[in-house]
Amino acid sequence: MAPVELIARSGELVDDGRKDAALAIRGLSVSYGAKAAVFSVDATLPLGTMTAIVGPNGAGKSSLLKGALGVVPRLSGEVTVFGRPFKEARHRVAYVPQRASVDWDFPARVIDVVLMGLYRKIGWVRLAGRKHRETAMACLERVNMAEFAERQIGQLSGGQQQRVFLARALAQDADLYLLDEPLAGVDAATERAIIAVLQEVKAAGRTVVCVHHDLSTVAQYFDRVLLINLSKVAEGPVETTFTVENLQHTYGGRLATAHVEELALGRGA
Amino acid sequence: MTPFDHFLEALTLQGGYNSALVAIGAGLLGAAAGGAGTFIFLRRRALISDAVSHSTLPGVCLAFLAMVALGGDGRWLPGLLLGSALSSLVGLLMVEWIARRTRLSEDAAIGAVLSVFFGLGIVLLTVIQTLSTGRQAGLQTFLLGSTAGMLTSEAVTIAVAAALLAVLVFVLRRPLTLVAFDPDFAAATGVNVRHTDLAAMGLALLVTVIGLKVVGLILVVALLIIPAVTARFWTDQVSRMVLLAVLFGGAAGYLGAAVSATAAALPTGPIIVLTAFAGFLVSALFSPVRGVVSAALRRRRFQRQVHRRQGLLALVRGEPIYDGLTLQVLRRDGLIRRDGVATLEGRAAAAKAALDEARWSLVRSERADDPVLERYDGLTPLEDLLTADEIAEVDRRLPSPEGVA
Amino acid sequence: MGAEFVQLSLTPLLIGVLSAVACALPGNFLLLRRQALIGDAISHVVLPGIVVAFLVTGTVTAWPMMLGAGAAAIVAVLMIEAVKRLGRVEPGAAMGLVFTTLFAAGVLLLEQSDTSAVHLDVEHALNGNLESLIWFDATGWGSLLDPQALAGLPPQLPRLAIVTLAIGLFLALLWKELAISTFDAAFARTVGVPTRLLGGALVVLTAIAAVAAFDAVGSIIVIAMFVCPPAAARLMTDRLGRQVAWSVLFAIVSAVLGYVLAGYGPVWLGAANSVSAAGMIATVAGVILWIACLAAPRRSRTG
Repeated sequence: MAPVELIARSGELVDDGRKDAALAIRGLSVSYGAKAAVFSVDATLPLGTMTAIVGPNGAGKSSLLKGALGVVPRLSGEVTVFGRPFKEARHRVAYVPQRASVDWDFPARVIDVVLMGLYRKIGWVRLAGRKHRETAMACLERVNMAEFAERQIGQLSGGQQQRVFLARALAQDADLYLLDEPLAGVDAATERAIIAVLQEVKAAGRTVVCVHHDLSTVAQYFDRVLLINLSKVAEGPVETTFTVENLQHTYGGRLATAHVEELALGRGA
Repeated sequence: MTPFDHFLEALTLQGGYNSALVAIGAGLLGAAAGGAGTFIFLRRRALISDAVSHSTLPGVCLAFLAMVALGGDGRWLPGLLLGSALSSLVGLLMVEWIARRTRLSEDAAIGAVLSVFFGLGIVLLTVIQTLSTGRQAGLQTFLLGSTAGMLTSEAVTIAVAAALLAVLVFVLRRPLTLVAFDPDFAAATGVNVRHTDLAAMGLALLVTVIGLKVVGLILVVALLIIPAVTARFWTDQVSRMVLLAVLFGGAAGYLGAAVSATAAALPTGPIIVLTAFAGFLVSALFSPVRGVVSAALRRRRFQRQVHRRQGLLALVRGEPIYDGLTLQVLRRDGLIRRDGVATLEGRAAAAKAALDEARWSLVRSERADDPVLERYDGLTPLEDLLTADEIAEVDRRLPSPEGVA
Repeated sequence: MGAEFVQLSLTPLLIGVLSAVACALPGNFLLLRRQALIGDAISHVVLPGIVVAFLVTGTVTAWPMMLGAGAAAIVAVLMIEAVKRLGRVEPGAAMGLVFTTLFAAGVLLLEQSDTSAVHLDVEHALNGNLESLIWFDATGWGSLLDPQALAGLPPQLPRLAIVTLAIGLFLALLWKELAISTFDAAFARTVGVPTRLLGGALVVLTAIAAVAAFDAVGSIIVIAMFVCPPAAARLMTDRLGRQVAWSVLFAIVSAVLGYVLAGYGPVWLGAANSVSAAGMIATVAGVILWIACLAAPRRSRTG
């Protein structure tokens, strides 16, 4: 693990497979005070893949995403997106925070939230026009929420709120989608709808990364997996990486062995 | 006499009966405020006391008007304090009601109640000023407090009330501590959390009312907040924090009142508040537990350790290092030369880091239930956590020495 | 309602309305950001600001005072941020700690310096003197077109008009950015909205509103107007734009009704003197909020 930051001072990339990766993280550490939440993680996520970030509670899954996005300060490390430093490629990234991270009592309608995704297209100072509203409505359509466009966001169920967040990300028309626990606490119908949309996104050649908590669906929904517990345990295709050994390594004694085997064997089911 | 002699005289209560009483009263008041304030601070509701204190004003005015209407003088202190207690209780209940029954958050409720009650109080003050009785009611002293020219009977009232309040805080400390520490656990053990919270607010209300005449309604909030915040820098333990806050509050009250007694232009309230702030400032900067300086040093040291580790592992793998801080740390520790080539020590340290990395990796994959894994932080060497025998056992199972170095 | 009204009541009324609106506008965003009490903290530290300005310049003219108050407000906000971040203290406690300390320092400085000759005291800072801001040179409605009479307007009026306009313009131009960063700061940062800068600008604007309004009407109205009209407006609607519109309406009603009640209320009740207009405006704002809490259509939580 853990080679150090590799962007040379000249700004040139050292070629270690990063130029072709949608997201490449090198030596990323994040800490709150003097305690690491993420320790020296490397990860290389290829274009057009759908990756689950998996690990026990408090293993630093969300902190990894936030550190990569620069939402929380990094202790060490470099992040590149499509071979460019993150700042230069920001417009190609869509981030979906945890649903619980915002105040849903905010005075806004569903359509207002989705329009936030068009912020870069609309630009500073100007207000959203009719064309923008049509785009936003199309995104709501894709997550089956068009009929709720005029609804106050606080009146939605958890699953509906999550779909609105996804529609906002779709509106960004990004090439890389980073989602923090998009399936946490949503109903089965929403889960199916969200996964269907994400798979469409992937089919269109975009790259998807989800922090994911449900081990039983990893193999079914994703093609790659990144296992972390403070530092990285393993990353790679689900078939070769989502194994009993790696899960034991990640979760330690927190998962019963029998259960782990069942999960690993049950993949592709 | 020099000002310092005055100060010593005041500190040792030689400055006269009244100022001695005021100093003792302020000390007791500060101690009670420190205790009550800690419970409120830990429940993250420190600024409720701001609403409570501002909403005393209409009560003071109404009590004055009522006493005048009944043919009295209107300036009888216990009556005024009773009025202030009643109206601040109404203010407190209104904050609770708005935050619970409407979608507005508690801070909005606090802001609304404090400004409106205070505004109403000012309206009533102008009414009193224009009353045909024409006499100066002196109610303005409640805004900023004033101990100069205080009657002996008033000083006695305040000292006795403050002492009783300190006793009350002492008596109630157990349930309050329990709720402040872990409300869910407290509820599970049968403590009524809502009532306990109200009791804590009730204590704060009494501090405010008794403090009105000494520090004034705008500054009495400081007595409830600053000692508690100060204590937080010195300990992570609730019971110790309460004790420290009582000490800090008591010291600020006593010292402040004593200093202010030495000269006319040193108003009691502001001096007490500034004394408490000085204590806060020293604690916030220099406390070894949670102080700013020690926290910054810890984070910096930690960051350097992370970079050192990353640099060493890069050396092992023969990868180039570009990160400025990593290079700086390695150079400073004599692990690499100016041109970036590893020194002898550097190679030794790198090999050691790689060995530790390999050991951890083995333990993490093979001994999934080992409690030592709870201690994994990326930096602590496994050697420090296991016995020599256990390390030897781990080493035996490592793939091969070449695989490491 | 002729010459006397224009001379004695028109300007205080306008100043009251402008003060209320200038504070209520940024108050909407402070409310949604859970920073409603920033206005409270800022209006308390205005006192040390003007005392220091007086000690430095030796005069009680408007501009140094306003600069001093503005500087104190910014110092206070920076101190609150420092205590919050570096000391890891919760926002409420950090605010309480900072504003009481600065206020105490202000009172102490005031006591230490010889300000008896000038009209500079705590009560004035709290109450303001709205009633005294009359238009001496006015002789009737016609004075509104008379340049000579207009030159004699109380300087607070044009000042507040400019401040209110500037605040309105700021909110209108950066509406979208403010809304995004208030609703979801982490997302806002990833799409390139400078959330920190925007938050800082909002606080500075709040300070400007507080200082400009305080000079005319005292800090009670300032605190009340930052919180009460936006809070009542929040209970009326679930749309941000409409909330701001309602808050402006409530601010205007509070100012007009409060001023009228303070001036004429006691007379109607048979008393000879009027009561504090600033206090009455705050009281009316509180009554409006109270009614909204009991009966407004969107008063309960949904999310």
